[in-house]
Amino acid sequence: MRTEDLIKALDADARDKAMPLDKAWWLAVGVAVVIAGAVFFATIGPRPDIMPAMHTMRFMSKFVFTLVLAASAFALIRALSVPGASTRRRMAWMLAAPLLVVLAVVLELFVVPEADWGKRLIGSNMMICMSFIPLIGIGPLAIFLGMLRYGAPTRPVLAGAVAGLLAGGLAATFYAAHCFDDSPLFVATWYTIAIAFLTGLGALGGRFFVRW
Amino acid sequence: MTGKDEAELSRLLRAAIAGDERAYADFLHRIAVLVRGFVRRKIVQGGVDPEDVVQETLLAIHVKRHTWRPDAPVLPWIYAIARFKLIDAFRRRGRRIEVEIDEIAEIFAEPEAETVSERDISRALDGLPPAQRSVVSSISVDGHSIGETATKLGISETAVRVSLHRGLAAIAKRFGRQ
Repeated sequence: MRTEDLIKALDADARDKAMPLDKAWWLAVGVAVVIAGAVFFATIGPRPDIMPAMHTMRFMSKFVFTLVLAASAFALIRALSVPGASTRRRMAWMLAAPLLVVLAVVLELFVVPEADWGKRLIGSNMMICMSFIPLIGIGPLAIFLGMLRYGAPTRPVLAGAVAGLLAGGLAATFYAAHCFDDSPLFVATWYTIAIAFLTGLGALGGRFFVRW
Repeated sequence: MTGKDEAELSRLLRAAIAGDERAYADFLHRIAVLVRGFVRRKIVQGGVDPEDVVQETLLAIHVKRHTWRPDAPVLPWIYAIARFKLIDAFRRRGRRIEVEIDEIAEIFAEPEAETVSERDISRALDGLPPAQRSVVSSISVDGHSIGETATKLGISETAVRVSLHRGLAAIAKRFGRQ
């Protein structure tokens, strides 16, 4: 087939229109929030003392970490799914959530006596943390990988990993409302492991599932 | 030069997305020239046919045109897709070398085998279901319009559009990274 002939076919197909990618991303993240919320409320749900907990710095700080992670990953993944879009700035924003966690850990180490460090780190339900963040995040991750297929990521493995970070940030935001362990020492350890699992899964999905 | 290209091409693509088919044809012809130049500069040591990459890039641009933001520059978007498809073509060729040993054996066994080199895209076209293949080749190779194709095949124009769209999407998917 000559290139000229191909152009004829493409031109004849011009009328067909797909939803603009950015709009589709906002829709996808909305659906992902609903799915993650449904899984969360159907399984563990928020902790009973959530109202008084909301007056404590440690409890609220968890949402700052997870929401900053989700927001920066959402901004980055939208750029990564468009060929030629500049990503450097949005990549730099990905450092925000880890830096906030590091800052909180340092403060915690100053405030809490050394004897209590281990107790705070181990917490009371790390196994629940490590299983429910991936469980809540797996549906959103599937949606985000589907969105990467709809888009055109020129770095599919990286984009898949960022999809995992976005799903992890979202899932961890819900999970944080359940978790009794509010110490940054706990969050920095177990949340990170759970989110890293989703990130790895996302990278694999990007490698094998995102083709265009 | 590039600034003029940029302004003109983004104007054409915006018009095409708004439904102007003439603008879309114009856009595709111009980017075919740009991408051909780009690919020929990049392929220095043969092995990959530049025109195959041009065609795969055009197809990818077509099926992914919803990823372009009308307020963003269009040239970086086009070149990023061309570059991605070029790398892909090299990667695929590396794999095909193993496959070709069998094909050579067949050629020896079958003296009258055709030696004309075919486009990758024609091969993908041959792999389509018959209904889609006849529509896509009627419009591309034979140069018929949607209406003429509908009359010739005895199906509705809507059916022609659907088959064309699905056929092109299926060809594009075959060129996806594996």
